[in-house]
Order: sequence, then structure tokens, then C-alpha cells
Amino acid sequence: MLDLQGYGPRLLEGAGVTLQLAVLSLALAVLLGLLTASAKMSRSWLLHRTATLYTTVIRGVPDLVLMMLLFFGGQMGLNLFTDMLYDQFGVDWFFNLNAFVAGVITIGFIFGAYMGETFRGAFMAVDEGQIEAAKAYGMGSWLLFRRIRFPLMMRHALPGLSNNWMVLLKTTALVSVIGLTDMVRVAAEASRATHEPFTFLIPVAAIYLLIASVSEWIFARLQKRYDVGFGEH
Amino acid sequence: MDQLNQWLAGLLEGNVIFTPQTLGYYWTGLVTTSQLVFLSLIIGLVLAVPLAIGRSSRHRWVSLPIYVYTYVFRGTPLLIQLYIIYYGVVFVEGIQDSMFWPILKEAFYPALIAFTLNTAAYTTEIFRGAIKATPRGEIEAARAYGMSQSLTMRRIVLPSAFRRALPAYGNEVIFMLHASAIASVVTLMDLTGAARFVYARFYAPFEAFIFVAAIYLCLTFAILYLFRYLEKRLLAHLKPLGGN
Repeated sequence: MLDLQGYGPRLLEGAGVTLQLAVLSLALAVLLGLLTASAKMSRSWLLHRTATLYTTVIRGVPDLVLMMLLFFGGQMGLNLFTDMLYDQFGVDWFFNLNAFVAGVITIGFIFGAYMGETFRGAFMAVDEGQIEAAKAYGMGSWLLFRRIRFPLMMRHALPGLSNNWMVLLKTTALVSVIGLTDMVRVAAEASRATHEPFTFLIPVAAIYLLIASVSEWIFARLQKRYDVGFGEH
Repeated sequence: MDQLNQWLAGLLEGNVIFTPQTLGYYWTGLVTTSQLVFLSLIIGLVLAVPLAIGRSSRHRWVSLPIYVYTYVFRGTPLLIQLYIIYYGVVFVEGIQDSMFWPILKEAFYPALIAFTLNTAAYTTEIFRGAIKATPRGEIEAARAYGMSQSLTMRRIVLPSAFRRALPAYGNEVIFMLHASAIASVVTLMDLTGAARFVYARFYAPFEAFIFVAAIYLCLTFAILYLFRYLEKRLLAHLKPLGGN
């Protein structure tokens, strides 16, 4: 039987951290993706340009470099800012940018750029007639988004969304490099301490595969849900 | 050359962080990153072609192991794969007495092995998709000409599959360039490793990381344009007629 040499509970805790990190980053990424998609489709020249710059730069630079820039540079920037607050207004306030927050922000930002492309394509695939019909019913723009545009868009967005989620899940491993004690970090520490890398790293790989398989199943269910009314005539 | 040196010296004058020495670190990093990415892509490509053919095979005992391999390598983080190979290579029976040990004990080769296996898995799936998308009629036509299965593969299926795979493979190349940043985690002095070194030395995160991000951005664009050019050349016959 697998002997985890007392690292079992910490590994489980780390798995929890990984999951939290992944889900929170996904939420931020979806939000940013929706914003980016709307900015890209807007008629405003400035919004369009900003969104294009954002997606180009983010997709051209490695995740790890962005993460380090934000983690090491962000803390420095924050300190400068809080110092200024103290000098100018006497507000004594300190904010510690920990690895978890830096991880969520970076991964959310990176995948927001990818999600933006996914959502843009999906929004454009929605039949214009449906939107016109909703307007004819007198729906306001929020109601129209919630009841018509979003559900119809999700049908086209889900395959891309599921793809992005799978990549995002694997990207969370990188946050261990800047010091977050997720399951990858625990496993790496344990391997160094016990000189038994396979005992710890292979179970962690298996947990990643397990999460991926479960989410594949969830996405298949969701796809079925949003496909209602299409296809089987 | 002399003029260039003078110009560079003038540019660097008064700059504390970007001295010729630190630029030298970045240059070493660029060389390491390029070697790692280029070698792993080439070896991965060579491995992926037979694997993709095997993956499309009708015999389950051929396709199933390859499927398991691609599923595992595509479903787990590259960092874990790198750790397993980097920490695990010592434990392979008798490796420390073998002639390969002087090579394998450096971080470069475990990283190269991890990257190669990873990109081979992704490339296999890309090629499999392209092979599967071969129009049925082309294969039937090859059969009608009396071509054997291997000749059909070599002359008909693979050439057109390579072309169809080109856009997706371009993405994989960029992905590999970005993924190679984790080589710095196992003490390799690649581009990111150089940036981390400069950051630690001068405590200047913005300069160190934004500079390296700009280099990666340039490399990404270079790859992008290379593949766009290749697509234009090789996929010209797929363009709609009439337009130019």
C-alpha cells in the first residue's frame, strides 16, 4: 500500500488549495472574458484597442513570467503606494500580497484573455433574430442578456470554456513556484525530504487526472443542458 | 562593429541594472531557452509521427497504450512531469554507473526529456486529428491505383495531414516556448532563470521581468509570422478561388 510517510493530510490540504485556486481563477477569468468580449465587439475605438492589446500581450508572454512580475513587482508597487498613503495622509495601512492572491489574479488575467476570444466567437454565433424577437417583447438590455443572449451563447462557448478550464487547472501548478503550498509544493518538498519522488509526485499527477475527468463529465452534462432545443428534432 | 559597440556602451552608460554583464546573462538564457525548445520540438515531432499513425490504428493493442500516454501527459501539469523526471532520474537502477550519467546529472537533460515527452503527446493528438480528417475519397482513389497501405500513408495521407496540422502545430510551438519558462525551477539558467537572477541581484522586479517578457513577446511574434508564412505557402491550394 502507498506509504505517504505522514505527508497525507498536508497533500490533501494542498489539493484543496489547488481546487480553490483553480475555481476562483476561473471565476475571475470568466468575468474578464465577458468584459473583453464586449469590449472587442463594442463600436468604441479605444475599448477595442485596449482589449486587443490586452489579449495580445497576455498571450505572448509565459504565465510564469507574468506571475513573477505580479508577485514580486506587485508587492513592491503596493508598498510604494502604502508608503505614499502614510506620508501624505497619515494612513497606516499595509497590504500583504500573498502567493494565493497573486496566483488568482495572474491566472484570472491570463485566462481572461483566452476566454475573451471564446466568448466573442460564441456571442457572434447567436442568431440575430432571437435578439430582435427579445427586443420586440420589450426586454431591457440586462434581461435580454440574462434570458436570451447568455444561454444561447453558452452553447457555443462551452467547448472552448472546457478547454480553457483544463489548461487553467494545469497552470495552477505554477503557483507553487512563487511559494504557495498547494499539492505540487507539498509533493516536491516531500520528495526532497524523503528521497522518494515517485511516492508523492505520481499520486499528485493522479489527482490532476481525477479532477480533469470529473470536470469533463460536468462539462458534458452542462453541454447537454444548453443544447436543449437544438439538434434532436 | 566598433560603432555598434560604442553605441551600445553609450546606451548602457549610467544604467545600473542593464550592464553588459547582465545582458550577457540574458543572452545565455536566450541560448538555453532556444536550445531546449528547438531540440524538444524536433525530437517530439519525430516521435509524434509514428505515434499518431499508431494512435489511428484499428488494432486496440496498438492504439490504446498510445492513448494512455497522451492522456496522462496532456492531463497533468508539465511541472509535475519535470519534477518526476528531474528527481526520479537518480533512482533508475544503475544509471549512476552508466556512461550516460555525466550527461543526465545536469538539469538540462531531464528538462529536455520532460519537454520532449510532453510536446510529443500534444503533437501526436494534433496529427491524429489531421490524419482522421483525410477525405475518404483520397484514400479510395489511392486504393484504386493499387497503392499498398504504407504507400498510401506515405504519399497521400501524411502529406495532406501535415498541412492540415500546421495551424494547430504553430500554437503548440508557442505553447512550448512559454512552457519552457519552468526550466528555471530546476536551476536552469534559461531566459526566465536569467530574469530571476537579475531580480534577486538588484531587487528590481519591474526591469528584470518586463525586459524578459518583451523578449518572449518578440519570439512569439517571430514564430507566429513564420507559421503564417508557411501556411500561406503550403495551404495556398485550400484558399477560395478568385480572391488574391
